[in-house]
Amino acid sequence: MELNSITYSKARLRRRKFVNALMLSLCVVSALITIIPLIYIFFYTTGAGLSSLNLDFFTELPKPVGEEGGGMANAIVGTLILIGIGSVIGIPIGIMSGIYVAEYSKQLFANIIKFLTDVLTGIPSIIIGIFVYGIIVLPMKKFSALAGGVALGILMIPTITRITEEMFKLVPMSLREASLALGVSRWRTTVSIVLRTALSGIITGILLAIARAAGETAPLLFTAFGNSFWSSSLDEPISSIPVQIFNYAISPYEQWHNKAWAGAFILILLVFVINLIVRIITRQKYENTV
Amino acid sequence: MILKFNKSKSNQDVELKVKSRLPDIIFKNVTLIFAFIIIFLVLWIIYELYKDAEPSRDRFGWSFIFNEEWEPLKEKYGALTFIYGTVVSSIIALLISLPVSLGVAIFLSEIAHRYIKTTFSFLIEILAAIPSIIYGFWGIFVFATFMRNTVQPFLQSTLGFLPFFKGTNYGYGMLTAGIILAIMITPIITAISRDVLKVIPQSQREAAYALGATRWEAIKMALLNAKSGILGAVVLGLGRAIGETMAVTMVIGNRAQIKASILEPAYTMASVIANEFAEASGSLHISALIEVGLILFIVTFIINSFARLLIFSATRKYDVK
Repeated sequence: MELNSITYSKARLRRRKFVNALMLSLCVVSALITIIPLIYIFFYTTGAGLSSLNLDFFTELPKPVGEEGGGMANAIVGTLILIGIGSVIGIPIGIMSGIYVAEYSKQLFANIIKFLTDVLTGIPSIIIGIFVYGIIVLPMKKFSALAGGVALGILMIPTITRITEEMFKLVPMSLREASLALGVSRWRTTVSIVLRTALSGIITGILLAIARAAGETAPLLFTAFGNSFWSSSLDEPISSIPVQIFNYAISPYEQWHNKAWAGAFILILLVFVINLIVRIITRQKYENTV
Repeated sequence: MILKFNKSKSNQDVELKVKSRLPDIIFKNVTLIFAFIIIFLVLWIIYELYKDAEPSRDRFGWSFIFNEEWEPLKEKYGALTFIYGTVVSSIIALLISLPVSLGVAIFLSEIAHRYIKTTFSFLIEILAAIPSIIYGFWGIFVFATFMRNTVQPFLQSTLGFLPFFKGTNYGYGMLTAGIILAIMITPIITAISRDVLKVIPQSQREAAYALGATRWEAIKMALLNAKSGILGAVVLGLGRAIGETMAVTMVIGNRAQIKASILEPAYTMASVIANEFAEASGSLHISALIEVGLILFIVTFIINSFARLLIFSATRKYDVK
């Protein structure tokens, strides 16, 4: 009887140890599985993109099928313009609303704004496209850079609001008190002391919002639309890198596919560099505070 | 207080004090206005979708949701095939992504060394930040080919007797879209599950160890305690999968049909909007597409609110320290 229970528990222990080893290695395996697509996409895009990347890509307009050369200059400038318009809308609304929530608002109102920024983050970006189509494209009766920029701006707001709020909360209360005690008014304290302290964190948030907006395609399909030429004013359709990639990718021409890979490489590079910068800034911040 | 004190001294000081308070009031209210813009914006989006979908709502009523037919030429619109495509592709994505993301979250929070952890978290962040158009582009030229030449022939030769794996092997279809979606939502589910696991107190694991538990058994305890938060992460991932547009549009094949086989092409709500909106044939067509958008909005709204509630309650339980 006694012997039995000992062998039983030995067998049980062996089984438990086996399950332990199995599950832990499965976790490691799943971690490896997850980064395979990342590495694959990164290197494939880099390879395919670099081979079709040249100076013309940055300086020339797209050429029709059959003609050699040509680039995406208008799409690159277009993306910059769209992000510019988006930033003009997204950054002030994001920062100011974040300041209100962090510095002035009552808990209930703060929770409402938090919930709504979550809602905004969760709305599929194509729906923002529909919304902007309804409020800008329809009344103006044409696709325009303005509409595309507004769509990107709306998408940037929640990220910036949240990061502003969180960074403001990290600023120690004693800094505000010190400033107020020196006779500095409340708003100057907020702007020159708290905002300045929180600024590097907020900038990382803005960078991330810009990286995300730069790659957005769906909301631009029927707002900024696309353009094979330079657009001369903000009320004209405008080309952008992601939409251009999409149009080229679904075309049957290999020459266009190559151009799209070059565009994809630029986008991935942008995302990678911005994320790296953000990492470095936040790490410095950690080292400074700890 | 100061104001009172100054008043008794001289009038000049009072003036000065009031002057410096006025900018405060202005500044506060300006920020308040910006905060209200967010509230206003969300309400405006809802109103605009509801209003612009009106012709379609009036014409088709609730049958819009249950009708399979989508024929712009006959002016007949029903969203059932798109709803089906969205739901099934998202479920496939979740089934694939859930075990993997949980594994990665456990790896990051319980197993990995500090340095590996930081590098790995960075890689996962990049994975989340890659634009959806690039996943789609890669999906068309690399992944769909891989599915057509390797995965799907294998599935058909081994499990081909099941209705899910019958039909023509295009490479583009529900399964391909589901896997691409799984890749895209894994970082989100991983990141939140990891954060939820982090707030489970270390003492619980130590208690398990003290009772002689193996490492996995201790992790299982933590997982059990974190389950509502992890469920929240999963639901949030589901919300993301449902709204994902470009990558899915590029690999799902865009054919409005309801088939048992997951190798067959399908069509999702977001994809039909992306494909048809700019070239819609008339105002009823536009309106029907906007109603599809309205349904998409309502579904993602409910799913995301539910997810946030779960995550909030899960992390708050241990947050009081």
